[in-house]
Amino acid sequence: MPAMSTRAVLELVWAGIWYIVLCFLAVVLALPLFWLVTTSLKTGGQTFLMPPKWIPDPFVWSNYSDAFRAVAFHEYFWNTIRIVFFATTGALLTASLAAFAFARLRFPLRGPLFIMVLSTIMLPSIVTLIPTFIVFRTLGWIDTFLPLIVPLWFGGGAFNIFLFRQFFMTIPLELDEAARIDGASNFRIYWGIILPLSKPVIATIAVFAFIHNWNDFFEPLIYLQSPENWTMAIGLRGFRDLYSTQWNLMMAASTAMIMPLLVLFFFAQRYFVSGIQMSGLTGR
Amino acid sequence: MASERVPGTRRRKKRNLLWSEARDGYLFILPWALGFIIFTAGPMLASLYISFTRWEIVTPSVWVGAAQYVKLYNDDRFWLSLYNTSYYVFIGVPLHLLMALLAALVVNLNLRGIHLFRTAYYVPSLTPVVANSILWVWIFHPTWGLANAFLSWLGLEGLYWLQDPKLAKPALIVMSFWSIGGQMVILLAGLKGIPTALYEAASIDGANWWGRFWRITLPLLTPALFFNLIIAIIGAFQVFTQAFIMTDGGPNYSTLFYLLYLFRNAFENFRMGYASAMAWALFVIILVFTMVQFKLSDRWVFYEGDLRQ
Repeated sequence: MPAMSTRAVLELVWAGIWYIVLCFLAVVLALPLFWLVTTSLKTGGQTFLMPPKWIPDPFVWSNYSDAFRAVAFHEYFWNTIRIVFFATTGALLTASLAAFAFARLRFPLRGPLFIMVLSTIMLPSIVTLIPTFIVFRTLGWIDTFLPLIVPLWFGGGAFNIFLFRQFFMTIPLELDEAARIDGASNFRIYWGIILPLSKPVIATIAVFAFIHNWNDFFEPLIYLQSPENWTMAIGLRGFRDLYSTQWNLMMAASTAMIMPLLVLFFFAQRYFVSGIQMSGLTGR
Repeated sequence: MASERVPGTRRRKKRNLLWSEARDGYLFILPWALGFIIFTAGPMLASLYISFTRWEIVTPSVWVGAAQYVKLYNDDRFWLSLYNTSYYVFIGVPLHLLMALLAALVVNLNLRGIHLFRTAYYVPSLTPVVANSILWVWIFHPTWGLANAFLSWLGLEGLYWLQDPKLAKPALIVMSFWSIGGQMVILLAGLKGIPTALYEAASIDGANWWGRFWRITLPLLTPALFFNLIIAIIGAFQVFTQAFIMTDGGPNYSTLFYLLYLFRNAFENFRMGYASAMAWALFVIILVFTMVQFKLSDRWVFYEGDLRQ
């Protein structure tokens, strides 16, 4: 009995030590977010205090309405949502089509072609940037959403093809064979059988496409010029150029950009986890 | 395949079926194939061609041979941007990965409420890089920022994080530690995939925690570490937004990263030939580097399949 309790005590002590380590790390990682939100609720004067004032007094909620009045964030929001919607639809459709062919249809050169898909995953986008820009410029598409949407209707990103294919490979081929005996076409099998079974991977890819488009800075920076076409990311940069000393307003605007992602995360948590595990995508 | 046993009529039918299958296969990959030609292969070849010309968009392009590459070789700022980027890649990425590994190890513990800690560690990596950059300019503010407030509690002098050419790159690396969450989750998946039976067997053989870590956990995690390393290095070579927003390449060009210099050449000065030469130089650097890593990976990455050989 005493031996057992020493062991139990030791385990308890270790658990205590680990909880301290875990809490310390959590505090370190949470502090910047805390700093962001508290600064966003301070008066202008309270942002300039050292040592800092941790809890704003009073809570200045009007910082948010001031930030939103200063710049047309609601327009940037709708621009971003429109780009996300049309880009993601294209990516889901064309990537799943290609993945269906690679996973479930037999055709000559299938293997080499799929290796080409994989090889483009690691291709640094910089090497195609300038000619692509010039093509869009020649088409007169600069300062429209088209350069951010149209490419995704052509394959939807090599990585998404890979993810879809991984998932499609787990669905038994007997389903296709049975449907074929019943006279179903390949498109009917894709649309009527495989896609309805693939909701988890569709949700995962949609969630990541949303995050990608919401966060993307480089492409909108190059393609979108007039403020009425800006996305959230570009709009936030523009806001900073105008209000670079009003830290409370800047933090309010930044919080407003982060919040939709946090809300999405808490509603779609499992798709995040499965998506990251499948992909290894990390924020850049 | 039992096709030889199929009677003649059915075999013909089967061949038709295969032909239609192949046709549909090509049809289904057609959007991707077009995209590959229009948005990948075509532009790659085009940018190679442009890199051998002088072209300012408004003027017609002039074939100049390898002149842009010679100019690149003699451009001090090009070498500086490559140095800055290499610093960020070779110091930042391994440290970032190490931090992610440590975080993954602690959130892999079997403790009550551990999933709350997992969420807390992951959430910062969700913040968009623009918002992130603006937040960290404020954190690094020399007079009113959180970083210097923290130093003063420790009784240390405040630093000019982003205003000091020697500190700006380390500051950006410190900032990157905040978003270890994505890598942490991948490594955590790797840790979860290690069979517990291996640990049990090692414990019976008397291996302590340290021995189990070195001989089981780390070797079996090397594929995940390798994958993360490759992806993170390719990403870090193209670091842009932080420098663009936070320091604008300064102070004294200490955060003039490769992509930022390329961006300025292409979209501020419209030197498309020169920028394309830069793009191809970076592409070759990344390609060679990735190939070397794959070559070296034989020595340290352990695949379970190797056991069977």
